[in-house]
Amino acid sequence: MLKKTVLAGLALGFGLMASAAMAASNFKVVYIGKNTGNPYFDSITGGFVDACKKIGCEFEFVAPATAEATSQIPFIEAQIQRGVNVIAIAPNSPDAMNQVLDKARAKGILVLTVNGDIVGSEGHRDANILPVDFTKTGPNQVELMGSMIGYKGEIAILSATTEAPDQNTWIAAMKKTLAENPKYKDMKLVATVYGDDQPEKSTTEMEALLSNYPNLVGVIAPTTVGIAAGAQVVKSRGIANKVHVTGLGLPSEMRDFVKDGTVSAFQLWSPYNEGWLAAYFADGVLNGKIKNTVGTKFDVPSLGSITILEKNVMNTQAELTTFDKANIDKFNF
Amino acid sequence: MSEAPVGLNSTVSATHRDAAPPRPLWQVIFVRPETLTFVLLVLAIFAGGQLSPYFLDIRYILDSFTLTAELSLLALILTLVIIAGEIDLSPASAMALSACLFAYAMSFDWPMWICVSIGIGSGLIMGAINSALIIGLQLPSIIVTIGTLTLYRGLAQVIAGDKSIRVPEWYIGIDKVQVLGLPAPDLIFILAAIALAFLLGMTVWGRQIYQTGTNETAAIYAGIRTRRIKAVLFLATGVTASIAGMIFISRLGSVRYDLGLGGELQMVLMAMLGGTYIFGGRGTILGTFLAALLLSVISTGMTTANLLPATQLCVLGVLLVLSIIATNFIYSRTQR
Repeated sequence: MLKKTVLAGLALGFGLMASAAMAASNFKVVYIGKNTGNPYFDSITGGFVDACKKIGCEFEFVAPATAEATSQIPFIEAQIQRGVNVIAIAPNSPDAMNQVLDKARAKGILVLTVNGDIVGSEGHRDANILPVDFTKTGPNQVELMGSMIGYKGEIAILSATTEAPDQNTWIAAMKKTLAENPKYKDMKLVATVYGDDQPEKSTTEMEALLSNYPNLVGVIAPTTVGIAAGAQVVKSRGIANKVHVTGLGLPSEMRDFVKDGTVSAFQLWSPYNEGWLAAYFADGVLNGKIKNTVGTKFDVPSLGSITILEKNVMNTQAELTTFDKANIDKFNF
Repeated sequence: MSEAPVGLNSTVSATHRDAAPPRPLWQVIFVRPETLTFVLLVLAIFAGGQLSPYFLDIRYILDSFTLTAELSLLALILTLVIIAGEIDLSPASAMALSACLFAYAMSFDWPMWICVSIGIGSGLIMGAINSALIIGLQLPSIIVTIGTLTLYRGLAQVIAGDKSIRVPEWYIGIDKVQVLGLPAPDLIFILAAIALAFLLGMTVWGRQIYQTGTNETAAIYAGIRTRRIKAVLFLATGVTASIAGMIFISRLGSVRYDLGLGGELQMVLMAMLGGTYIFGGRGTILGTFLAALLLSVISTGMTTANLLPATQLCVLGVLLVLSIIATNFIYSRTQR
């Protein structure tokens, strides 16, 4: 009897899978990455793959060997020829692809920029998907730092280069948050140093911070190179319980530091959700369920309500994702 | 050991003492590197069709060739340089610098003839710098052009920075212009190939290029002005680079300093794949022409089939090694 039930269940399962496979010809979507061999894109691809299983689309990932400005053009041409319905792309150039993207759109293909945009050429794509509203990054990072040091003591920032636009925006927001929010009145930012996103320079700058500011209790490194270098320094000096390091990091690079307790938590966004949102958005637009105009709101499973912002930009999450011992094994980028 | 064969042998060698027997006509026509390139081209088209059902579409293949038309055009003139016994690795960088200057001039709304003069003029100057160093100072062309390759690219970055320079709407879209059913860049490439093939194969000047590359000393004693020939070729390469740059900009709508980055390797690849002998004296425009088509067909075919770039690189590498072996084999069998 039990055997029969199991068999029936299996049969039902297969039936469901078959019907899901039938729906798989719904539409064809391709994601063109910046270049091959970049684990960050594997995560975005994972989001596409899982979403396509749910909503029934055919997905493929392609990418050129190098991230040079024109290297994606042959790939876009090929996808137009293949007759895909959606081209999602992490653009290598803000404008070298304008002509070929126009060609794709003229053929009725939905063009999405995912994880990066063609700034200044927004008219040449239909919509843009970014992981997070970058104005939240600064306040999120300050809150995480505060929670680690009991909202008290001297802190410093270890950034990328002095000109890095994203980092500078975040640092400005951190300073503003520290100055204006009374919750952080006992936290004092004593220095901002620049490791130029090079491991050696970041290590040297971190060492210098430790000797110049003996009372330092925390370092925020809003760059993946900086946080890894900073964590390595406190780990080898054995002072992780005195100086807390956090910032923006890649789970794959930070996993060991989190597991051995050097870094209790750090943040980033989920590239996986970008692929997930892009697939659901494409499905909605192609099937007439979502109107691609500024201000439209729609629901995406597990992400909640998404709003199309100015210039047709969408964010997958309002706040940064915090990685710690409990969840870090779930992320592989 | 009978006497008869020896006697026969001696008679034969006596009659043909001065020259080896002439090669049969079919060998002269068919046993040459271009044949291999042609066979590979046919195979590649067939393979492309097998890999993806979307590939065998003549419109698509012609349109895709516009993506490499600029570098192919440069490969034609580079073939002449290599046959003359030199090499020029700077054209891709020269193209980028000239294109940046051209687009920069256009951004001031200057009259078109001034912009074109600036573009072509810069190509001419870059060619002149190459020839001054190589012919004037007698430096090896491979070292000089590796130097200018870096220098021209660097200057382009100084002028353009990391930003792209855009050109006016009316200038964009040469690849969308159809002439005689062909996209304009394809047609320019074909016409250039015919003109250069005529120059190289049918004129005294063309014979002199071969002789310069085969044995420069002998050529000088034969009264050929080898230095002048080489100088003209380097200048022509510079000018062609600037023309290629103008086509490139029209196709992209904008230009950055990294235009055609790494293109020099593709050009050399086209020449080698077409059977041009790297040490000079051998090669044809037909070979480079076929090789340019071959490379475009191969990469388009594999990209259309969504093959990984790593696979594409491996296939290209194997083809190049294969063609070099074949070229050397054929040239060693057919006396110099």
